[in-house]
Amino acid sequence: MSNNLRINKNNFIDQTVRISFKFNGRRLFGYKGDTLASALLANNIHLVGRSFKYHRPRGIMTCGSEEPNAIVQVGKDPALTDPNVRATEIELYEGLEAFSQNCWPSVNFDIGGINNFLSPLLPAGFYYKTFMWPASFWEKYEFFIRHSAGLGKSPTKPDQDLYDHQYVHCDVLVIGGGISGILSAKLSAEKGLNTMLINDKSHLGGSTIYQNDDIFKINNETSNLWLKNQIEELKKIPNLTIKNRTSVAAFHGYNYLLARENLTDHLSAHERKEKIRQRLLKIRAKKVVIATGAIERPLIFNNNDRPGIILSSSIKKYIDYYGVKTGESISLFTNNDSAYETAISLNKSGVKVKVIIDIRENSNSILSEKIEKAGIKILKGYTITNTDGYKRINSIDVMKLSKDGENVIGSKITYKCDCLGISGGWTPMVHLFTQSGGKLKFRNNDNVFIPDENKTPSEQISVGSSNGDFELDDVINNTVKNIKVFLGLDKNNYENLDIKCSKEKQKRNIWLLPSNKPISRTKPFLDFQNDSTAKDVKLALREGFKSIEHVKRYTTTGMGTDQGKLSNMHALGIIADTTGTNMGELGTTTFRPPYTPLTFGAIVGRNVGEFFDHTRRTAIHDWHLENKAEFENVGQWKRPWYFPKNGETMYQAVQRESKAARESAGILDASTLGKIDIQGEDASEFLNRVYTNAWSKLAIGKCRYGLMLNEDGMVYDDGVTTRLGENHYIMTTTTGGAANVLSKLEDYLQTEWPELNVYLTTVTDQYSTMSICGPNSKKIIAKIIPSLDLSDESFPHMSFKNSKIDNVNCRIMRISFTGEHSYEINVQSNYAKDVWERCIEAGKEFNITPYGTETMHLLRAEKGFIITGQDTDGTLTPSDLQMDWIIGKKKYDFIGKRSLYRSDTIREDRKQLVGLLTDDPKEVLEEGAQLVESLEKPIDMLGHVTSSYFSPNLNKSIALAVVRSGKKLKGKKLIVPMKNKNINVTITDTVFYDKENKRLNA
Amino acid sequence: MFIINCPYCGERDQTEFSCGGEAHIERPKQPTELSDDQWAEYLFMRKNIKGIQFERWNHIHGCRKWFNVVRDTSNDKIHAVYKMGERPPVK
Ligand SMILES: [Zn+2]
Repeated sequence: MSNNLRINKNNFIDQTVRISFKFNGRRLFGYKGDTLASALLANNIHLVGRSFKYHRPRGIMTCGSEEPNAIVQVGKDPALTDPNVRATEIELYEGLEAFSQNCWPSVNFDIGGINNFLSPLLPAGFYYKTFMWPASFWEKYEFFIRHSAGLGKSPTKPDQDLYDHQYVHCDVLVIGGGISGILSAKLSAEKGLNTMLINDKSHLGGSTIYQNDDIFKINNETSNLWLKNQIEELKKIPNLTIKNRTSVAAFHGYNYLLARENLTDHLSAHERKEKIRQRLLKIRAKKVVIATGAIERPLIFNNNDRPGIILSSSIKKYIDYYGVKTGESISLFTNNDSAYETAISLNKSGVKVKVIIDIRENSNSILSEKIEKAGIKILKGYTITNTDGYKRINSIDVMKLSKDGENVIGSKITYKCDCLGISGGWTPMVHLFTQSGGKLKFRNNDNVFIPDENKTPSEQISVGSSNGDFELDDVINNTVKNIKVFLGLDKNNYENLDIKCSKEKQKRNIWLLPSNKPISRTKPFLDFQNDSTAKDVKLALREGFKSIEHVKRYTTTGMGTDQGKLSNMHALGIIADTTGTNMGELGTTTFRPPYTPLTFGAIVGRNVGEFFDHTRRTAIHDWHLENKAEFENVGQWKRPWYFPKNGETMYQAVQRESKAARESAGILDASTLGKIDIQGEDASEFLNRVYTNAWSKLAIGKCRYGLMLNEDGMVYDDGVTTRLGENHYIMTTTTGGAANVLSKLEDYLQTEWPELNVYLTTVTDQYSTMSICGPNSKKIIAKIIPSLDLSDESFPHMSFKNSKIDNVNCRIMRISFTGEHSYEINVQSNYAKDVWERCIEAGKEFNITPYGTETMHLLRAEKGFIITGQDTDGTLTPSDLQMDWIIGKKKYDFIGKRSLYRSDTIREDRKQLVGLLTDDPKEVLEEGAQLVESLEKPIDMLGHVTSSYFSPNLNKSIALAVVRSGKKLKGKKLIVPMKNKNINVTITDTVFYDKENKRLNA
Repeated sequence: MFIINCPYCGERDQTEFSCGGEAHIERPKQPTELSDDQWAEYLFMRKNIKGIQFERWNHIHGCRKWFNVVRDTSNDKIHAVYKMGERPPVK
């Protein structure tokens, strides 16, 4: 066991609650309040993973969501395991089990590590360049790449966790629980505004809450104590909601934001039971305050990626907040004053700070004076040229920088250390600001992109370090001043605080620090997760990539799970330096949501399984269930597909049902067909305009089939419409087209023909429809409604009568989609099951056979009736369907009419609907199969099969197809080439059965 | 996701609406008088402006009314909403 790296004094870790966890199978202990990262560091474990390309050992580098290296697999349950979890964010809980990713067979011995020695062979764009040729080798390359690369493993079983969605409306949303967010939320809530404060940590206070040095004072209290009191007061305000462990993923226009609230990820398995794991908040805020803070930048120098190299501010948090020493002998490397704060914290905790290397020639501030008083050595104007140590840093080489910062001079000094803190300054977290449409400006003196106040979308403001204020007095004073204007506040208590802090006076920035070796022999890492180096960026530029978006993709800089939160600024800086461009002109790459990854569970919420989509069932559904129907999904509807008896296959059932319907009687639940009630004095004129045929002369009580086109002349929908009264029609549409037809008709009525007095009402759900067909259908109807005159004179084909079954009103239509004598009964849906059962009862003596959609399709195909959406696909005109008879030639206009004689629609070689018979009557074609004339290459595709069945009534295979110039090809032989045979077919008429329509009146 | 002020219902979330493309394209009164090119112009040709665009929207999951919206496609700012048949506001 290593030395105890936990110091005993701090407020945030509960050392009375010991927690056991496992990392790579090894049992370890931490305390309540730890993250996995802080607990690992307390156990002296730095090496946690391997880098993506070179498989170099990598350690914990940060303490937050910007972590590029310490990403782990949590848990091994195949349903619950979670890949790519940042060890710096996950809170420790009893029984936590985590594993390193991207290493095989283990993090300590990783075969992929050999890539490190091959690295001269793996430059930027290596994958693009190498694996492109020969193309046939890809499968072999892929095996190698998939095995050795890749991040975590996906769960292999369905997620058992519960997820939720919640809509949130508030006056003010404050994003960020640091000091500027807390002040903003307090000012807002105290004004009485309904305020929500979102904080991605488990605790409020940001980095100020552990800033305990007396250099930083507010009203004579150290800043951490002052803030602690503010938070206590804040929690008491009733109109403020605080959401901890919540991270905003996306900031869209009109102040619409998505945030993920973690509810149980910090709990042990038994505490999680029955609880919602994560909640996706869909927030609409009147005003938004962005207080997302800043993250520290690394420095880019040779071998800057070894385990033990940590951001300086993270070392401070580990010591001051978690009470964990990240090493016994720590050096710091910086270009700004914040590493001095870390040195002070370490010094107070008794950790030896070996040396501070500062690239600045001078650094005079309250902080630097305190450091020098403490006797800590500062090398000013120096840089690190190399580091050593494979699985943990053990030494650094330091040399003096030339005046211009381009070279190193003098001799090399080597320092031993087991941890190196690095600080390259600060990057404001402007992701959400830019996502919402804000534009950035570049501030030259400290090289930061900050929100441009003139290009900020309205009703939002950025404050604190996310707005580029890095020092305590600026953060507080500017936040208070700007929030006062933003929220229209009166004078408040925070305007005249007495704030003491150190002020940084000198700045120096070098994006790529020089070494005593040529750059080609160094490894200055930019993107730690994707292993892209400064060399790669320079190579991309040499190879002609100019746009930063292209350089990013070519080198994969910023494309890891951390989305380049650490690396992007340096990549931009190096591009700007190399190309001699000003960074402000260069701009940034686009920040896209999500800011931190979302789980799929949070995205879909409860919309899984049976809640994924609505299921529509007809009023007769229970009868179908009782009678063992197999169902087919048609849109959201469940429709009976066929009714198997005694273990029949679908084929056997359909053959039986089809024969029964033609020989005696069949019954179909047709309730899913769309039904639109049309009323108004211009209803007839309206139908004239929307259907291709004429409607004004249709008598009351008569039905007519209509074809509806799009304005481009292509068939859109079809169905029978019945004239119920002078100004009253009922239109039926296809099942799938119902909603779209209604919308389309409404569109024309409201926008093109507002002068028409017509009202449309959907009544699909209100009425149920059962269709009874076959030679005995008339007898069955006569049994149910004895009073109804069913003679052909009184009730001919294509007519309708109002009637009653007991006291229930019903509409009986004599219409047919099978070619048989048939009736449709329409009743109010709540009586439908009863009426259906009466039909079944009355039909018993005629062996009435319930049939489903498959038999319906077969019967209509025997008659050559089309199904829109199956035989049509939006590219067929009525003429293509051989339905010229339905075009009202005398009508001046209807939707789509003008398109029917465009040069393209009158072509004779369009695909046209035909019938097909196979030479072998037993051979049933596959729907979708291609039709060709000869097998000589190149093969000309003439068309395809749209519908195909074995007809029991004709005892042969029949099919419908669309074929180029098909109308002229009756009798022509074609070939349907299949995988293992060629099927010979002959083009025929589309009507296969009862061409004379004798059965309609049988 | 923006908010649209339906002239019949008031402000509602964008998810309640569907967009019907460019506004103020009138269906020709006498299509039969038009050449193929003229008909094609009506049928197929639509603008795709970066900036101020006049659009048709339908409150499909609300009152089902069609109306017009003046929207800046570069930032989704809605400058005006007006009923079908009303004159577009002068820019
Ligand atoms: Zn509305």
